[in-house]
Amino acid sequence: MTTDLYHDRRVTAGLLAEIAALAAKTSKPVRLMEVCGTHTMAIHRHGLKNLLRGAGVEMVSGPGCPVCITPDGFHEAAIGLVTGRENFVLATFGDMTRIPTRIGSLQTAVPAPGSAVKIVYSPAEALDLARRNTGRDVVFFGAGFETTIPAIVVTAKRAMAEKRTRFSVLTAFWTIPPPLRAILTSGEARISGFLYPGHVSAIIGLAPYAFVAREFGLPGAVAGFEPADILLAVRSILEQIRDDRPRVDNAYPRVVRTEGNPAAREVMDSELEPADAVWRGLGLIPQSGLRFKPRSSAVDAAVKYGLHPAGDASDAPGCRCGDVLRGVISPPQCALFGRMCTPDHPRGPCMVSLEGACLVHHKYRGPLRAAKRTP
Amino acid sequence: MCLAIPVRVIALDSSDDTGKVDYMGTKIGANFALLKDIRVGDWVIVHAGFAISRLDEKEARETLAMLREVQKASDDDRFIS
Ligand code: SF4
Repeated sequence: MTTDLYHDRRVTAGLLAEIAALAAKTSKPVRLMEVCGTHTMAIHRHGLKNLLRGAGVEMVSGPGCPVCITPDGFHEAAIGLVTGRENFVLATFGDMTRIPTRIGSLQTAVPAPGSAVKIVYSPAEALDLARRNTGRDVVFFGAGFETTIPAIVVTAKRAMAEKRTRFSVLTAFWTIPPPLRAILTSGEARISGFLYPGHVSAIIGLAPYAFVAREFGLPGAVAGFEPADILLAVRSILEQIRDDRPRVDNAYPRVVRTEGNPAAREVMDSELEPADAVWRGLGLIPQSGLRFKPRSSAVDAAVKYGLHPAGDASDAPGCRCGDVLRGVISPPQCALFGRMCTPDHPRGPCMVSLEGACLVHHKYRGPLRAAKRTP
Repeated sequence: MCLAIPVRVIALDSSDDTGKVDYMGTKIGANFALLKDIRVGDWVIVHAGFAISRLDEKEARETLAMLREVQKASDDDRFIS
Protein backbone atom coordinates (compact mmCIF):
# COMPACT_ATOMS: atom_id res chain seq x y z
CA MET A 1 0.00 0.00 0.00
CA THR A 2 3.00 2.28 0.30
CA THR A 3 4.10 3.16 -3.15
CA ASP A 4 6.94 4.85 -4.95
CA LEU A 5 4.55 7.23 -6.66
CA TYR A 6 4.56 9.36 -3.50
CA HIS A 7 8.32 9.80 -3.90
CA ASP A 8 8.49 9.81 -7.69
CA ARG A 9 10.67 12.63 -9.05
CA ARG A 10 8.40 13.39 -11.97
CA VAL A 11 5.42 13.63 -9.62
CA THR A 12 7.34 15.94 -7.29
CA ALA A 13 8.58 18.05 -10.21
CA GLY A 14 5.12 18.23 -11.73
CA LEU A 15 3.50 19.32 -8.46
CA LEU A 16 6.25 21.85 -7.79
CA ALA A 17 5.78 23.34 -11.26
CA GLU A 18 2.05 23.71 -10.61
CA ILE A 19 2.77 25.24 -7.20
CA ALA A 20 5.27 27.71 -8.70
CA ALA A 21 2.75 28.79 -11.34
CA LEU A 22 0.08 29.32 -8.69
CA ALA A 23 2.46 31.14 -6.33
CA ALA A 24 3.59 33.47 -9.12
CA LYS A 25 0.04 34.74 -9.41
CA THR A 26 -0.45 35.60 -5.73
CA SER A 27 -0.18 39.22 -4.71
CA LYS A 28 1.40 38.57 -1.30
CA PRO A 29 4.32 36.33 -0.27
CA VAL A 30 3.07 32.84 0.61
CA ARG A 31 4.11 31.75 4.11
CA LEU A 32 2.60 28.46 5.20
CA MET A 33 2.92 27.11 8.70
CA GLU A 34 3.37 23.38 9.07
CA VAL A 35 1.78 22.76 12.43
CA CYS A 36 3.09 19.24 12.93
CA GLY A 37 6.65 18.37 13.91
CA THR A 38 6.52 15.22 11.79
CA HIS A 39 5.81 17.49 8.80
CA THR A 40 8.81 19.65 9.72
CA MET A 41 10.90 16.49 9.65
CA ALA A 42 9.46 15.25 6.34
CA ILE A 43 9.77 18.66 4.65
CA HIS A 44 13.46 18.89 5.50
CA ARG A 45 14.37 15.27 4.96
CA HIS A 46 12.94 15.27 1.46
CA GLY A 47 14.50 18.63 0.61
CA LEU A 48 11.09 20.23 0.17
CA LYS A 49 11.99 23.29 2.22
CA ASN A 50 14.33 24.60 -0.47
CA LEU A 51 12.32 23.26 -3.40
CA LEU A 52 9.22 25.03 -2.13
CA ARG A 53 11.16 28.22 -1.46
CA GLY A 54 12.30 28.06 -5.07
CA ALA A 55 8.67 27.72 -6.09
CA GLY A 56 7.75 30.82 -4.09
CA VAL A 57 6.40 29.19 -0.94
CA GLU A 58 8.06 29.73 2.44
CA MET A 59 7.41 26.99 4.99
CA VAL A 60 7.41 28.06 8.64
CA SER A 61 7.47 25.64 11.57
CA GLY A 62 4.82 25.98 14.25
CA PRO A 63 3.97 24.73 17.73
CA GLY A 64 3.62 21.12 16.60
CA CYS A 65 6.13 19.38 18.84
CA PRO A 66 4.55 18.39 22.16
CA VAL A 67 7.91 17.80 23.79
CA CYS A 68 8.97 21.33 22.80
CA ILE A 69 5.92 23.24 23.92
CA THR A 70 5.78 21.55 27.35
CA PRO A 71 7.16 24.15 29.81
CA ASP A 72 10.14 23.25 31.97
CA GLY A 73 7.95 23.07 35.06
CA PHE A 74 6.60 19.70 33.93
CA HIS A 75 10.06 18.26 33.38
CA GLU A 76 11.20 19.63 36.72
CA ALA A 77 8.21 18.02 38.44
CA ALA A 78 9.14 14.69 36.84
CA ILE A 79 12.77 15.09 37.91
CA GLY A 80 11.57 15.93 41.42
CA LEU A 81 9.57 12.71 41.58
CA VAL A 82 12.33 10.34 40.55
CA THR A 83 15.04 12.05 42.62
CA GLY A 84 12.86 12.54 45.68
CA ARG A 85 11.07 9.21 45.96
CA GLU A 86 12.54 5.82 46.66
CA ASN A 87 11.43 2.70 44.79
CA PHE A 88 9.86 4.75 42.09
CA VAL A 89 9.76 4.32 38.32
CA LEU A 90 9.30 7.24 35.96
CA ALA A 91 8.49 6.04 32.43
CA THR A 92 8.41 8.38 29.47
CA PHE A 93 9.19 8.75 25.76
CA GLY A 94 12.91 8.94 24.93
CA ASP A 95 13.02 12.61 23.89
CA MET A 96 11.51 13.66 27.18
CA THR A 97 14.49 12.41 29.16
CA ARG A 98 16.90 14.83 27.48
CA ILE A 99 15.09 18.15 27.93
CA PRO A 100 17.48 20.53 29.71
CA THR A 101 16.04 22.47 32.66
CA ARG A 102 17.55 24.56 35.45
CA ILE A 103 17.88 21.38 37.48
CA GLY A 104 19.28 19.21 34.68
CA SER A 105 17.38 16.61 32.69
CA LEU A 106 15.79 13.27 33.52
CA GLN A 107 18.85 11.70 31.92
CA THR A 108 21.34 13.52 34.17
CA ALA A 109 19.18 13.32 37.31
CA VAL A 110 20.36 10.90 39.99
CA PRO A 111 17.34 8.81 40.98
CA ALA A 112 16.64 8.10 44.65
CA PRO A 113 17.59 4.59 45.90
CA GLY A 114 15.55 1.92 44.14
CA SER A 115 14.20 4.43 41.63
CA ALA A 116 14.77 4.68 37.88
CA VAL A 117 13.87 6.49 34.69
CA LYS A 118 12.66 4.11 31.98
CA ILE A 119 12.24 4.97 28.33
CA VAL A 120 9.15 3.49 26.72
CA TYR A 121 7.82 3.63 23.20
CA SER A 122 4.17 3.32 24.18
CA PRO A 123 2.16 4.14 27.32
CA ALA A 124 1.09 0.49 27.28
CA GLU A 125 4.70 -0.44 28.06
CA ALA A 126 4.60 1.81 31.11
CA LEU A 127 1.58 -0.08 32.40
CA ASP A 128 3.47 -3.33 31.79
CA LEU A 129 6.23 -1.96 34.02
CA ALA A 130 3.63 -1.39 36.74
CA ARG A 131 2.38 -4.96 36.34
CA ARG A 132 5.90 -6.32 36.75
CA ASN A 133 6.98 -3.95 39.56
CA THR A 134 4.09 -4.27 41.97
CA GLY A 135 6.20 -3.00 44.87
CA ARG A 136 7.01 0.33 43.20
CA ASP A 137 5.05 3.40 42.19
CA VAL A 138 5.13 3.82 38.42
CA VAL A 139 4.38 7.17 36.78
CA PHE A 140 4.03 7.58 33.05
CA PHE A 141 5.05 11.12 32.10
CA GLY A 142 3.14 11.76 28.90
CA ALA A 143 3.34 14.87 26.74
CA GLY A 144 1.17 14.79 23.68
CA PHE A 145 -1.41 16.18 21.32
CA GLU A 146 -4.67 14.59 20.26
CA THR A 147 -2.75 11.86 18.43
CA THR A 148 -1.14 10.50 21.58
CA ILE A 149 -3.64 11.45 24.25
CA PRO A 150 -6.23 8.72 23.45
CA ALA A 151 -3.53 6.05 23.72
CA ILE A 152 -2.54 7.34 27.13
CA VAL A 153 -6.16 7.52 28.28
CA VAL A 154 -6.86 3.94 27.16
CA THR A 155 -3.85 2.91 29.24
CA ALA A 156 -5.03 4.93 32.24
CA LYS A 157 -8.51 3.38 32.04
CA ARG A 158 -6.99 -0.06 31.85
CA ALA A 159 -4.89 0.65 34.94
CA MET A 160 -7.97 1.79 36.85
CA ALA A 161 -9.92 -1.30 35.72
CA GLU A 162 -7.06 -3.49 36.95
CA LYS A 163 -6.96 -1.47 40.20
CA ARG A 164 -3.27 -0.74 39.74
CA THR A 165 -3.24 1.90 42.44
CA ARG A 166 0.52 2.34 42.13
CA PHE A 167 0.28 3.44 38.47
CA SER A 168 -0.49 7.03 37.52
CA VAL A 169 0.03 9.48 34.69
CA LEU A 170 1.70 12.89 34.78
CA THR A 171 -0.15 14.62 31.97
CA ALA A 172 1.13 17.34 29.67
CA PHE A 173 -1.81 17.21 27.26
CA TRP A 174 -2.23 19.89 24.60
CA THR A 175 -4.85 20.44 21.93
CA ILE A 176 -3.93 21.86 18.53
CA PRO A 177 -6.70 24.27 17.51
CA PRO A 178 -6.30 26.85 20.36
CA PRO A 179 -2.64 27.74 19.60
CA LEU A 180 -3.54 28.21 15.93
CA ARG A 181 -6.03 30.82 17.01
CA ALA A 182 -3.43 32.41 19.29
CA ILE A 183 -0.91 32.56 16.43
CA LEU A 184 -3.41 34.11 14.04
CA THR A 185 -4.68 36.59 16.62
CA SER A 186 -1.18 37.88 17.36
CA GLY A 187 -0.40 38.04 13.64
CA GLU A 188 3.33 38.14 14.24
CA ALA A 189 4.06 34.98 12.23
CA ARG A 190 2.48 36.53 9.08
CA ILE A 191 0.96 33.23 8.00
CA SER A 192 -1.01 32.87 4.79
CA GLY A 193 -2.25 29.37 5.47
CA PHE A 194 -1.84 26.18 7.47
CA LEU A 195 -0.65 22.71 6.61
CA TYR A 196 -2.78 20.86 9.15
CA PRO A 197 -1.29 17.86 10.99
CA GLY A 198 -2.16 14.51 9.42
CA HIS A 199 -2.41 12.34 12.47
CA VAL A 200 -3.89 14.83 14.92
CA SER A 201 -6.58 15.29 12.26
CA ALA A 202 -7.10 11.52 12.07
CA ILE A 203 -8.45 11.89 15.60
CA ILE A 204 -10.15 15.32 15.64
CA GLY A 205 -11.38 15.49 12.02
CA LEU A 206 -11.74 18.69 10.03
CA ALA A 207 -14.37 20.69 11.93
CA PRO A 208 -12.04 22.07 14.66
CA TYR A 209 -10.11 24.04 12.00
CA ALA A 210 -13.18 25.64 10.43
CA PHE A 211 -12.64 28.90 12.36
CA VAL A 212 -9.39 29.54 10.47
CA ALA A 213 -11.24 30.01 7.18
CA ARG A 214 -14.41 31.45 8.70
CA GLU A 215 -12.94 33.98 11.11
CA PHE A 216 -9.50 34.67 9.64
CA GLY A 217 -10.20 34.01 5.96
CA LEU A 218 -7.17 31.75 5.65
CA PRO A 219 -6.82 28.53 3.66
CA GLY A 220 -5.51 25.22 4.93
CA ALA A 221 -5.17 21.56 4.06
CA VAL A 222 -4.59 18.40 6.04
CA ALA A 223 -1.45 16.73 4.73
CA GLY A 224 0.08 13.27 4.84
CA PHE A 225 3.80 12.73 5.28
CA GLU A 226 5.16 11.57 1.92
CA PRO A 227 6.63 14.23 -0.39
CA ALA A 228 3.67 14.08 -2.78
CA ASP A 229 1.22 14.28 0.15
CA ILE A 230 2.79 17.52 1.34
CA LEU A 231 2.92 19.01 -2.16
CA LEU A 232 -0.71 18.07 -2.84
CA ALA A 233 -1.71 19.95 0.32
CA VAL A 234 0.40 22.99 -0.60
CA ARG A 235 -1.13 22.98 -4.08
CA SER A 236 -4.61 22.88 -2.55
CA ILE A 237 -3.80 25.85 -0.31
CA LEU A 238 -2.56 27.87 -3.30
CA GLU A 239 -5.68 26.98 -5.27
CA GLN A 240 -7.75 28.23 -2.35
CA ILE A 241 -5.78 31.50 -2.40
CA ARG A 242 -6.24 31.79 -6.18
CA ASP A 243 -9.97 31.22 -5.94
CA ASP A 244 -10.25 33.35 -2.81
CA ARG A 245 -12.19 30.49 -1.25
CA PRO A 246 -10.48 29.53 1.98
CA ARG A 247 -11.62 26.25 3.51
CA VAL A 248 -10.32 23.17 5.29
CA ASP A 249 -9.26 20.74 2.58
CA ASN A 250 -8.41 17.13 3.29
CA ALA A 251 -5.38 16.22 1.17
CA TYR A 252 -4.82 13.01 3.18
CA PRO A 253 -8.20 11.29 2.75
CA ARG A 254 -6.76 7.78 2.78
CA VAL A 255 -6.04 8.19 6.50
CA VAL A 256 -8.09 11.17 7.71
CA ARG A 257 -11.90 10.99 7.84
CA THR A 258 -13.93 14.21 7.88
CA GLU A 259 -15.25 13.24 11.29
CA GLY A 260 -11.89 11.99 12.59
CA ASN A 261 -11.91 9.02 14.94
CA PRO A 262 -15.05 9.33 17.12
CA ALA A 263 -14.13 6.27 19.23
CA ALA A 264 -10.83 7.90 20.20
CA ARG A 265 -12.55 11.18 21.04
CA GLU A 266 -15.09 9.33 23.17
CA VAL A 267 -12.26 7.78 25.16
CA MET A 268 -10.75 11.25 25.72
CA ASP A 269 -14.09 12.83 26.62
CA SER A 270 -14.86 10.10 29.13
CA GLU A 271 -11.85 10.83 31.35
CA LEU A 272 -10.61 14.31 30.45
CA GLU A 273 -11.85 17.89 30.62
CA PRO A 274 -10.48 21.06 29.01
CA ALA A 275 -8.25 23.27 31.12
CA ASP A 276 -6.34 26.51 30.67
CA ALA A 277 -2.73 25.70 29.86
CA VAL A 278 0.60 27.46 29.54
CA TRP A 279 2.59 26.70 26.37
CA ARG A 280 6.28 27.40 25.96
CA GLY A 281 6.56 30.57 23.92
CA LEU A 282 2.84 31.08 23.62
CA GLY A 283 2.02 31.54 27.29
CA LEU A 284 -1.41 30.96 28.76
CA ILE A 285 -3.99 29.84 26.22
CA PRO A 286 -7.52 29.40 27.57
CA GLN A 287 -8.91 25.87 27.37
CA SER A 288 -5.94 24.62 25.35
CA GLY A 289 -5.03 21.72 27.59
CA LEU A 290 -6.73 18.60 28.88
CA ARG A 291 -6.62 17.18 32.38
CA PHE A 292 -8.18 14.20 34.13
CA LYS A 293 -11.70 14.67 35.45
CA PRO A 294 -12.01 14.39 39.23
CA ARG A 295 -13.53 10.91 38.82
CA SER A 296 -10.23 9.70 37.31
CA SER A 297 -8.07 11.24 40.02
CA ALA A 298 -6.86 7.77 41.07
CA VAL A 299 -4.65 7.73 38.00
CA ASP A 300 -3.71 11.43 38.02
CA ALA A 301 -0.11 11.84 39.22
CA ALA A 302 -0.65 15.58 39.78
CA VAL A 303 -3.34 14.79 42.38
CA LYS A 304 -1.55 11.80 43.85
CA TYR A 305 1.73 13.63 44.48
CA GLY A 306 0.38 17.16 44.87
CA LEU A 307 2.15 18.51 41.78
CA HIS A 308 1.37 21.88 40.19
CA PRO A 309 3.65 21.79 37.18
CA ALA A 310 2.07 24.63 35.20
CA GLY A 311 3.64 28.02 35.08
CA ASP A 312 6.61 29.35 33.25
CA ALA A 313 6.42 29.73 29.46
CA SER A 314 9.92 31.12 29.11
CA ASP A 315 13.12 29.65 27.71
CA ALA A 316 16.62 29.18 29.09
CA PRO A 317 18.74 32.36 28.77
CA GLY A 318 19.53 33.00 25.10
CA CYS A 319 17.31 30.18 23.83
CA ARG A 320 14.56 31.31 21.45
CA CYS A 321 12.64 28.06 21.26
CA GLY A 322 9.47 29.98 22.12
CA ASP A 323 9.94 32.31 19.12
CA VAL A 324 10.59 29.26 16.93
CA LEU A 325 7.38 27.61 18.14
CA ARG A 326 5.37 30.73 17.32
CA GLY A 327 6.81 30.85 13.80
CA VAL A 328 8.42 34.24 14.48
CA ILE A 329 11.98 33.14 13.76
CA SER A 330 13.55 30.27 11.89
CA PRO A 331 16.02 28.24 14.03
CA PRO A 332 19.21 29.53 12.35
CA GLN A 333 18.16 33.04 13.45
CA CYS A 334 18.83 32.00 17.05
CA ALA A 335 22.33 33.21 17.98
CA LEU A 336 23.05 29.94 19.79
CA PHE A 337 22.01 27.69 16.89
CA GLY A 338 24.82 25.35 15.86
CA ARG A 339 27.31 27.14 18.10
CA MET A 340 26.35 27.03 21.76
CA CYS A 341 23.37 24.81 21.01
CA THR A 342 23.82 21.54 19.15
CA PRO A 343 22.15 18.12 19.27
CA ASP A 344 24.95 16.95 21.60
CA HIS A 345 24.63 19.99 23.85
CA PRO A 346 21.08 21.23 23.45
CA ARG A 347 20.07 24.45 25.20
CA GLY A 348 16.38 24.07 24.59
CA PRO A 349 13.82 21.39 23.79
CA CYS A 350 13.60 22.46 20.13
CA MET A 351 17.12 21.02 19.71
CA VAL A 352 16.24 17.81 21.58
CA SER A 353 13.05 16.42 20.19
CA LEU A 354 13.28 14.46 16.95
CA GLU A 355 10.44 16.67 15.76
CA GLY A 356 11.95 19.86 17.16
CA ALA A 357 12.46 22.53 14.51
CA CYS A 358 16.01 23.35 15.69
CA LEU A 359 17.14 19.73 15.61
CA VAL A 360 15.58 19.20 12.20
CA HIS A 361 17.15 22.37 10.79
CA HIS A 362 20.51 21.41 12.26
CA LYS A 363 20.38 17.91 10.86
CA TYR A 364 19.49 18.97 7.33
CA ARG A 365 21.21 22.34 7.05
CA GLY A 366 23.62 21.00 4.43
CA PRO A 367 26.45 23.22 3.17
CA LEU A 368 25.68 25.94 5.74
CA ARG A 369 27.25 23.67 8.26
CA ALA A 370 30.78 24.07 6.94
CA ALA A 371 30.34 27.73 6.06
CA LYS A 372 29.06 28.81 9.45
CA ARG A 373 31.49 27.01 11.65
CA THR A 374 34.62 29.04 12.30
CA PRO A 375 37.50 27.21 13.96
CA MET B 1 7.11 8.10 18.43
CA CYS B 2 4.91 8.10 15.37
CA LEU B 3 5.18 5.65 12.50
CA ALA B 4 3.87 7.96 9.85
CA ILE B 5 3.60 5.04 7.43
CA PRO B 6 0.83 2.49 7.10
CA VAL B 7 1.45 -1.01 8.46
CA ARG B 8 -0.49 -4.20 7.78
CA VAL B 9 -2.40 -5.99 10.53
CA ILE B 10 -1.25 -9.61 10.80
CA ALA B 11 -2.91 -10.79 14.02
CA LEU B 12 -5.71 -9.65 16.32
CA ASP B 13 -6.82 -10.70 19.79
CA SER B 14 -10.23 -9.19 20.47
CA SER B 15 -10.21 -10.30 24.12
CA ASP B 16 -7.76 -7.54 25.07
CA ASP B 17 -7.72 -5.31 21.95
CA THR B 18 -4.13 -6.23 21.11
CA GLY B 19 -2.62 -7.46 17.89
CA LYS B 20 0.44 -7.56 15.70
CA VAL B 21 1.40 -5.50 12.69
CA ASP B 22 4.07 -6.00 10.07
CA TYR B 23 6.47 -3.07 10.25
CA MET B 24 8.88 -3.41 7.33
CA GLY B 25 9.13 -7.14 7.80
CA THR B 26 9.21 -7.06 11.61
CA LYS B 27 6.27 -8.19 13.72
CA ILE B 28 5.44 -5.60 16.34
CA GLY B 29 2.69 -5.45 18.92
CA ALA B 30 -0.05 -2.84 18.68
CA ASN B 31 -3.15 -1.95 20.62
CA PHE B 32 -6.47 -1.69 18.77
CA ALA B 33 -8.69 -0.22 21.50
CA LEU B 34 -9.13 2.99 19.47
CA LEU B 35 -10.15 1.33 16.20
CA LYS B 36 -13.24 -0.78 15.88
CA ASP B 37 -14.00 -3.31 13.13
CA ILE B 38 -10.41 -3.95 12.11
CA ARG B 39 -9.60 -7.18 10.29
CA VAL B 40 -6.39 -9.04 9.67
CA GLY B 41 -5.03 -7.74 6.36
CA ASP B 42 -6.18 -4.14 6.92
CA TRP B 43 -3.62 -1.34 6.72
CA VAL B 44 -3.49 1.00 9.71
CA ILE B 45 -1.52 3.94 11.08
CA VAL B 46 0.11 3.11 14.42
CA HIS B 47 1.11 5.85 16.84
CA ALA B 48 2.82 5.23 20.20
CA GLY B 49 1.81 1.59 19.99
CA PHE B 50 -1.86 2.28 19.24
CA ALA B 51 -3.63 1.93 15.90
CA ILE B 52 -5.35 5.28 15.33
CA SER B 53 -6.68 5.10 11.79
CA ARG B 54 -7.47 2.59 9.08
CA LEU B 55 -6.23 3.19 5.57
CA ASP B 56 -9.10 3.64 3.13
CA GLU B 57 -8.16 1.74 -0.02
CA LYS B 58 -10.60 3.56 -2.24
CA GLU B 59 -9.25 6.97 -1.21
CA ALA B 60 -5.68 5.68 -1.57
CA ARG B 61 -6.42 4.54 -5.12
CA GLU B 62 -7.94 7.91 -6.00
CA THR B 63 -4.92 9.80 -4.69
CA LEU B 64 -2.62 7.50 -6.66
CA ALA B 65 -4.66 8.05 -9.81
CA MET B 66 -4.27 11.81 -9.29
CA LEU B 67 -0.51 11.42 -8.85
CA ARG B 68 -0.29 9.27 -11.98
CA GLU B 69 -1.88 12.10 -13.93
CA VAL B 70 0.67 14.56 -12.56
CA GLN B 71 3.43 12.11 -13.43
CA LYS B 72 2.14 11.71 -16.95
CA ALA B 73 1.79 15.47 -17.47
CA SER B 74 5.30 15.87 -16.14
CA ASP B 75 6.51 13.27 -18.68
CA ASP B 76 4.77 15.10 -21.50
CA ASP B 77 6.35 18.40 -20.46
CA ARG B 78 9.73 16.84 -20.66
CA PHE B 79 8.96 15.40 -24.07
CA ILE B 80 7.99 18.83 -25.37
CA SER B 81 10.92 20.74 -23.95
S1 SF4 C 1 18.91 26.66 18.56
FE1 SF4 C 1 18.92 25.90 20.69
S2 SF4 C 1 19.06 27.72 21.92
FE2 SF4 C 1 18.38 28.38 19.88
S3 SF4 C 1 16.14 28.32 19.93
FE3 SF4 C 1 16.79 26.35 19.23
S4 SF4 C 1 16.88 25.08 21.07
FE4 SF4 C 1 16.88 27.22 21.76
